[in-house]
Amino acid sequence: MMDTLETKRKFRQVGTRPIRPDGIDKVKGRALYGADVTAPGMLVGRILRSPHAHAEIVAIDTSAAEALSGVKAVVTGRDLVAQKDDFFRDIQENCLATTKALYDGHAVAAVAAVDASTARAALKLIKVTYKQLPHVTDVDAAMTPGAPIVQGGRALETVPKGMSANVTNQVEFGHGNLDAGFKQADLVVSRSFTTAAAHQGYIEPHACLAQMNADGKADLWCCTQGHYFVRTTCALLLGMEASQLRVTASEIGGGFGGKTVVFIEPVALALSRKAGRPVKIVMTRDEVFKATGPTVVTSMDVRIGMKKDGRITAGEAILRYSGGAFPTGTVEMGASAAFAAYDLAAVHTLGWNVLTNRPKEAAYRAPGAPQAIYAVESVIDELCQKLNLDPLDTRLKNAARKGTLSSYGPTFDDIGLVATLEAAKKHPHYKAPLGKNQGRGLSAGFWFNFGGNTSVSMTINTDGTVSVAEGNPDIGGSRASISLMAAEELGIPYDKVRTIIADTASLGYNENTDGSRVTFAVGMATIHAARAAIAKMCARAAAIWGIDPEAVEWVDGAAVPAGPNAGKFPPMTLAEIAAVANNTGGPIAGHEEFTADGAGVSFGVHLCDVEVDPETGYTTVLRYTVFQDAGKAVHPAYVEGQMQGGAVQGIGWALNEEYIYGADGRLQNAGFLDYRVPVASDLPNIDTVILEIPNPGHPYGVRGVGETPIVPPLAALSNAVSHAIGLRMSSLPMSPPRILAALSHKG
Amino acid sequence: MKTIQVATTINGDAVEFVCAPDEPLLDVLRNRLGLTGAKEGCGTGDCGACTVTLDGRMVCSCLVLGVEVEGAKITTIEGMATGNQLHPLQQAFLDHAALQCGICTPGILVAAKTLLDRNPNPTDTELRYWLAGNLCRCTGYDKIIAAVQDAAQKMRTA
Repeated sequence: MMDTLETKRKFRQVGTRPIRPDGIDKVKGRALYGADVTAPGMLVGRILRSPHAHAEIVAIDTSAAEALSGVKAVVTGRDLVAQKDDFFRDIQENCLATTKALYDGHAVAAVAAVDASTARAALKLIKVTYKQLPHVTDVDAAMTPGAPIVQGGRALETVPKGMSANVTNQVEFGHGNLDAGFKQADLVVSRSFTTAAAHQGYIEPHACLAQMNADGKADLWCCTQGHYFVRTTCALLLGMEASQLRVTASEIGGGFGGKTVVFIEPVALALSRKAGRPVKIVMTRDEVFKATGPTVVTSMDVRIGMKKDGRITAGEAILRYSGGAFPTGTVEMGASAAFAAYDLAAVHTLGWNVLTNRPKEAAYRAPGAPQAIYAVESVIDELCQKLNLDPLDTRLKNAARKGTLSSYGPTFDDIGLVATLEAAKKHPHYKAPLGKNQGRGLSAGFWFNFGGNTSVSMTINTDGTVSVAEGNPDIGGSRASISLMAAEELGIPYDKVRTIIADTASLGYNENTDGSRVTFAVGMATIHAARAAIAKMCARAAAIWGIDPEAVEWVDGAAVPAGPNAGKFPPMTLAEIAAVANNTGGPIAGHEEFTADGAGVSFGVHLCDVEVDPETGYTTVLRYTVFQDAGKAVHPAYVEGQMQGGAVQGIGWALNEEYIYGADGRLQNAGFLDYRVPVASDLPNIDTVILEIPNPGHPYGVRGVGETPIVPPLAALSNAVSHAIGLRMSSLPMSPPRILAALSHKG
Repeated sequence: MKTIQVATTINGDAVEFVCAPDEPLLDVLRNRLGLTGAKEGCGTGDCGACTVTLDGRMVCSCLVLGVEVEGAKITTIEGMATGNQLHPLQQAFLDHAALQCGICTPGILVAAKTLLDRNPNPTDTELRYWLAGNLCRCTGYDKIIAAVQDAAQKMRTA
């Protein structure tokens, strides 16, 4: 269901910056996250993980662990229900391997014991007999004939015969005549790129507390971006009915896509079922790095042709993505997004997903898009450099607009790319002077955004306050935004509304907190729920006044007669109607259960200045400005927060973050000391400019904003560094050793 | 493992607890004393989410043993507000939307307060280096810096 934009609405509360409802608990240390709860009789669960990159599991002997005093349960892959559906079987195999360990850190068994030290001791007593197999962690190597096969028989019909069995799908997008387009070009640049796998890096490790009773009923508390998905998956893996498993989402300490999946939750439930006691599992940081996240690792070729005036005549991208040991469709999003910012007559993208002995990829903010767009935006920058063109003017000349046939198929409605580019062009940052060893880079970025299945329930309390129950974990202030939209629609103050995240037994299905969907889709559901409640309140007022319900309308938080023919009655406020609700027909509530369509696509442009130290190869980010279309910024401070946070994650990915595998196929930097995320002293202020080009698919014009900001930084940084050192960089991260190596080749 | 009895002061109150000889202070606070405001992000002193003060010195409580705090004075995030009266730093974090998920917030607030106790007027650079041991993955630090500077300014003129 798609809504229509109220073009003339004057907002009273949407667009303000009130304090978030969960704020005081969070600054006082009282908010309860995944690891912060306990239960009487609780056991500690721990997971045994493969030390090998690739190995057959010949046998698992748990008898010694089971015999250890204080151990209450041991489980292996056989304790989960074997799934027939590929999607859920991959999750099951990732939670506890049955026949093969597919990467360093793959879970193979788990214990529950009276305390952590007993659990750790028990893990050492589990005897797993492995037969080591050849492994492959490099995406290009995995595609070559003769490469070790990670999993056979997983290729979709789209994959041409003769490719390595590690290639699991092939995708293609585009339109127009590529050859003719390249012939028209005055200059064609072709270049190959690689990007490393990056981890989402949320500070809160995965944690859950499971309690399963002998009657088959279970409760699960966990940090997740989607407790309804957790319920669906755990119910399947445990062989339970969904109604018997109630999942409550804790406060969540970051996710960025990495908590849209399950790892430990089915294991904790299986242990609890076996032990008959509650079981808590909290991952260590090295488990988080080894066995959760990360992004795909990529290898890409991009070719773009351009006229001397800056018009792009043809664009082609070939993408090789690996999402680890299990098939993933992320390459499809990369191939769709690669050229989405441009209005092109001839464009073609081709992508493959490739299996490697790495952990199962999890979504990370705009999954698949940052890498492909990094490659495309780097080549456009190089063309501008060689043709002596202004990079912003060139992007404006080629920019997608309303009516553009996008490179991935749909025709765009109202979009904000041109406005965003123009805002960047007139910003003082764009013309600011640069010094020695300094460079400026820019990049456009794109993300699709998503709506999806959503349920919201709203209660009008008899004291005139309003309770909103929604089902999407609040990962960055969304309860404030939902309360703002409820207050706006109802016409009551923000502080009269309290929004909570309900458990899985209390609302219909809600898709994950992902796809930048919450403020858009849950917001729209909240507006619809408010309208349903308003209709009921108008009917109550009509009954009290003895007039037709159609003769009553809602204005500024009160029911009023609609025009002079309806009769003369003083307005009845929400609080006045609520106060008598129980005597005029009973409790008043509104709800909405729907599939939200119309999530408008999102564009951003980032400007970045760097200085590269030629002695050390260290890159200092001097200045950074983010321009992004938010459609309508409901709570601008949290919109800015998304723009700043996404930009900094992208900066980290561009400059330092990478999964480093040894020749033995084991991860060498599974900790925050060696996997270096940006710290405060690495960064300047991140300036933000919010554009508001209303999304026609939302009543208030809202677009999702969370994911787009991680897309442009990769190319913005690479272009800036390339200008600073006078050498085109084509591999991420641009860590100091890589820059020094590039400089030494330059001579 | 035999437990050891420890007497200490936490947020101004005398506290006695028992712990194992190898048990980190963070586990004591969280699992034995119910003070779950300090978070474990890494357990190796790299993320700062477990930051508390020990006799006025900022420490990662995951790297201190429970048995080491005999006779010491500990302050945690739970001791920062005075009842319902928020510390200016806590209020500034709310006013500036300086938290998104909030998991790093307790550690960053404790670290920022320790800095302002020593240096009421830090430059942005001093502040950024002081907070370099506290990872935040959500905010990009921009609003955190703004919030601490706002609180510092208000505390100087209070």
